Amino acid sequence: MTSKRFVLTFHPDATGQPITYNLIKKFDIMVNIIKADVSPGEIGHLVMEMTAPAKVLKEGMEYIRQQKVDCEPIDKKITCRQDLCIHCGACSAVCFAGALTMKRDSAELLFEPEKCVVCELCLKACPLKLFSIDLG
Amino acid sequence: MGKKRSIDEINEKIRSGEAVVLTAEQVAAMGKEMTPAEVFKKVDVVTTATFGPMCSSGAFVNFGHTTPPMRMERITLNNVPAYGGIAAVDAYIGATETAMPHDQYGGAHVIEELISGKDVLLQATAKGTDCYPRTEVKTLINKNTINEFIMFNPRNAYQNYNVAVNSTSRIKYTYMGTLLPAFGNANFSTSGELSPLLNDPGLRTIGIGTRIFFGGAVGYVAWHGTQFNTGKPLNEHGVPVGNSATLALIGDAKQMSSRFIKAAYFEKYGVTMFVGVGIPIPVLDEDLARNVSIRNRQIETNITDYGSGNFEILGQIDYESLFSGKISFNGKKIRTAPLSSVKVAREIADILKKEISEGRFYLTEPVSLFEKTKGLNSLEIRI
Repeated sequence: MTSKRFVLTFHPDATGQPITYNLIKKFDIMVNIIKADVSPGEIGHLVMEMTAPAKVLKEGMEYIRQQKVDCEPIDKKITCRQDLCIHCGACSAVCFAGALTMKRDSAELLFEPEKCVVCELCLKACPLKLFSIDLG
Repeated sequence: MGKKRSIDEINEKIRSGEAVVLTAEQVAAMGKEMTPAEVFKKVDVVTTATFGPMCSSGAFVNFGHTTPPMRMERITLNNVPAYGGIAAVDAYIGATETAMPHDQYGGAHVIEELISGKDVLLQATAKGTDCYPRTEVKTLINKNTINEFIMFNPRNAYQNYNVAVNSTSRIKYTYMGTLLPAFGNANFSTSGELSPLLNDPGLRTIGIGTRIFFGGAVGYVAWHGTQFNTGKPLNEHGVPVGNSATLALIGDAKQMSSRFIKAAYFEKYGVTMFVGVGIPIPVLDEDLARNVSIRNRQIETNITDYGSGNFEILGQIDYESLFSGKISFNGKKIRTAPLSSVKVAREIADILKKEISEGRFYLTEPVSLFEKTKGLNSLEIRI
């Protein structure tokens, strides 16, 4: 099973299909609506998390796009105000993914976002509270 | 007996610009190749430093008198309580104090903001007396409006400290940071071979009155620190294994910098303060040359279980292994993390080196050395 967050953008001329109903009924996708802002005649946005096998998720995305609704995956990201970092290393203690490590020679914090699995443990571990979550 | 040099001789060299000053890391590297006699011959002063969370910190403030005057009794600064049980407009703001038990803002933040020159809200009440009739005050203060702002930290610069692990199945939030279950990580807090009291383990040159770098300003060693303990066993290099000596430090907080005094919050533990301390060690003889040449692999400490509640010592480890990022423990590789910033400690050691080399900072003979043997009492529950 894969869980992914998507932002759906509804154009004013989008078809009136019950999209979330069909995603659940026809594709058996677990849908969790995080944020909704859709009004008739206006561009609307829907942020939701979909959980299903990767192949089914892909089919679901295609179905959404067929209804003239844009569907883009969003990846939440951890961001760090590194300019304020004192390089104490407390965040590296909890980062099991290895995205936060201490450089051996310079004793500086190295943040490699591509290794981050967004477990969010660094948010609490940083004594200066320099990490935040960016929902994209 | 080998040769000796005095602090007066070193200060004379500083005055004439001839003193050779190195950081403790530089001299540790030198010690790999040279004998203590050679290090003694070459080096006059070694600068040591640390920048770690030190909870036993705070500052005395004198607010100045209002008209009519007041003996402030219940005092808050940005809503954080300050101790007012001293003279009329004196108070002590402790680094770990918070308004509510789980607040993430506390005394350390107030101190950092005052150092930065920001305004802080002072509120105080009093019963009112014939000599101090005023009963309440509410105003803004900053470091230019107050009279004294004296940092006095009863327990700083621990000589060595535990490595914290967690044997339990639950995450533990401690003053040693977040400890993952089932030995998921090992946290330590020292600048190792750069740390002041590890470079003069017998405290031969550091005593009452020693002039130091303190939070970005000049400060002094006021006394031995609380929980000063000489009872820990020494390893073969003369370094105590586990937390032992401490220092009480004093300095003018108005002159300090928020680069070297930093408020912090440890999750579900509370507020604390990173304090920057730098201490110069005069190389008076070969013995001190040997001490200041200490390397991370020669300093050991106790791996202590912070999960079980009884702080059981599970083994020992050296700092070279800890700084490598991984240690082997019970057949498992454990990720390690420092809580003390070696990067900022290096910056402090470099600043102190420059200040001494350029004749702006002179070394002091301690007014008095600390006790050679001092144990630690536990608190007995007697009622």
